[in-house]
Amino acid sequence: MKEIVIISGKGGTGKTSVTASFGFLGGQDVVVADCDVDAADMHLLMKPDFAQSEDFYSGVLAEINPEKCIQCGLCAEKCRFDAIPVINKQHVVKKLDCEGCGYCAKICPVEAITMPEQNVGDWYISTTKVDNTMVHAKLGIGAENSGKLVAKVKNEAKAIAEKQQKKFTVIDGSPGVGCPVVSSLSGADFTVIVTEPSVSGFHDLKRVYELVKKFKISAGCIINKYDINQEITDKIMNFLRDEKIEHIASLPYDENFTRAMTLGKTIVEFDEGELKEKMVNSWTKVKQLVNHEK
Amino acid sequence: MKIAFTAKGTNWDSSMDPRFGRTEYILVYDVEKDEFESFDNRDIENEAHGAGPKTSQKLFELGPEVLITGNGPGGNAATVLGKAGIEIYIGAGNSTVKQAYEAYKNNQLTKF
Amino acid sequence: MRIAIASGKGGTGKTTLSANLAAFLSKTEPVVLADLDVEEPNSGLFIKGKLENEEVKYKMIPEWNEETCTLCGECQKNCNFNAVIQLGPQILVFPELCHSCYACSELCPTDSLPMVSQRMGELKHYSGNNIAFIESHLDVGQEQAVPLIGQTIQYIEEKFDDKALKIYDSPPGTSCPVIEATKDADFIILVTEPTPFGLHDLKIAVETVKELHKSFAVVINRYGLGDEKVLDYCNENDIPIIAKIPNLRQIAEIYSRGELIFEQVPEFRDELLKISDYIKKEMD
Repeated sequence: MKEIVIISGKGGTGKTSVTASFGFLGGQDVVVADCDVDAADMHLLMKPDFAQSEDFYSGVLAEINPEKCIQCGLCAEKCRFDAIPVINKQHVVKKLDCEGCGYCAKICPVEAITMPEQNVGDWYISTTKVDNTMVHAKLGIGAENSGKLVAKVKNEAKAIAEKQQKKFTVIDGSPGVGCPVVSSLSGADFTVIVTEPSVSGFHDLKRVYELVKKFKISAGCIINKYDINQEITDKIMNFLRDEKIEHIASLPYDENFTRAMTLGKTIVEFDEGELKEKMVNSWTKVKQLVNHEK
Repeated sequence: MKIAFTAKGTNWDSSMDPRFGRTEYILVYDVEKDEFESFDNRDIENEAHGAGPKTSQKLFELGPEVLITGNGPGGNAATVLGKAGIEIYIGAGNSTVKQAYEAYKNNQLTKF
Repeated sequence: MRIAIASGKGGTGKTTLSANLAAFLSKTEPVVLADLDVEEPNSGLFIKGKLENEEVKYKMIPEWNEETCTLCGECQKNCNFNAVIQLGPQILVFPELCHSCYACSELCPTDSLPMVSQRMGELKHYSGNNIAFIESHLDVGQEQAVPLIGQTIQYIEEKFDDKALKIYDSPPGTSCPVIEATKDADFIILVTEPTPFGLHDLKIAVETVKELHKSFAVVINRYGLGDEKVLDYCNENDIPIIAKIPNLRQIAEIYSRGELIFEQVPEFRDELLKISDYIKKEMD
């Protein structure tokens, strides 16, 4: 079973749309996972049924028991994050400011502060509209996206794929270059980087590739909206050549990309022309590359 | 000499776990005594941060000279393992523990 | 007046709007633009100026004093982030995991973990014509965006008085860094696009902004694309839509070259004027 992770560096390049198309084309060969937990959107295209759902706990936040509290103010004094204001003469923890360090709980003279684990979201196991399994999650607002929820979604997807004897997991990775992306990439057999030919797009492609190189994962690249700026597309092509990253496809700027999404469809269900052809070829190429990588 | 493996089970036929920080089990094989010791690391799932350093510390306590794993430790874990003087071999993520050991003996793995 | 420009989803045009709005407004009054997307600052691609000031920014982390340490292991127990680990006769500190809470340091019975400053990134202050541009960048390998965002905002508050118009280009998403960037704003503009992804993520962003009890309004980018559901959602929830930037391929091309759009596309300029008028009304 091979793990394929799709990432982008910069947001808005079309990562999720590409992943959904692969999930659709993969059909019974794949398990799909949405690890873009901060802004999980793939369900809008894959139409999962949310059959199974579980609470997700991550991190702790301080809570003051007003009955035990003697209002000594030591917690507020020690808190480096200004998270304990006095409201109506009571010391209260402001959840959005609390970092969960637990210092206040440790020094409270009457043990009035506890650090309960927070239910920061939910994760789900669903069946999609093409009858394959999808693992996805939703993170609550202000929740810190550590690698933990991403790891959870990925592992569940992997376990299911192995049990169902599927050939691939297709994973919508987190954008950016921080912890969630590292967690998305850890254990991957192949990564597809979706980029766009803008100065910021190219800049972020290079940054995210640094991460991919560190993990020694084979990579391919899809350049979306390539005809917006041929000059930068050419620069990207040179970069791919120099770094020995496979060029999987260059997709034209085409509003069908968005029209499909608006109708809740993947590109390959909606488009009839060049875009669909290139997406289908891309999936074929990705499968070839991942099966040949060592 | 003790050799550690990141694994999904507790014996020679278990699959290797390609990850380090969040590996399910750490197996330590004592070559001279021909004995296995295993540590259940699955609680690490509850750690939001710092899984790498925490697992590294556990590994250090178990005292191996060599670690065999899949993708290799992330930055923080690598720092700890470096300081602990443990030699790391990667590339064994998709096999059984037995196969990984054979690969190590035949110099087929990459040193991290 | 502090205006934060945010969005739930990445790629909606936040930075494009921030940079163009700041440049546009600077034609008539002094503006401060801050790029708070410290992991991936990009608005500097559009705004040029002379480098006024450069500052290294530091975070506080514990440093192990081997001589006075008794290896009691309390520090490891006191750290909730696994940033302090005891490895036999050594104490290791992991700066990237450290949240600078000072617990290990202040609770160490032998004072063997004093807090020292460690470089986390850089702040750069540029000035152009009637515009000051502040950009902060986290060093590669640094994971904590929040402290740098906080220090950047502090720099701006100290250097520029309350009367200046300050625009904060926030990081995308709805987690900690966004909260840090927007919590002191007077007003928040949420940038979205009229597609299912845009709508879905806008709702999350709206929830977040309401938690912060901030007044806010929406700018729809790439209007004409997708459908009317974002419009309907805003109308149903009494959320003011202050501009609708049209979906023009030309805009994408100009953006890709790192150029300002309002100077070349009159429709874009018209929308900026609407935003400018709305801001002036909010100021009074």
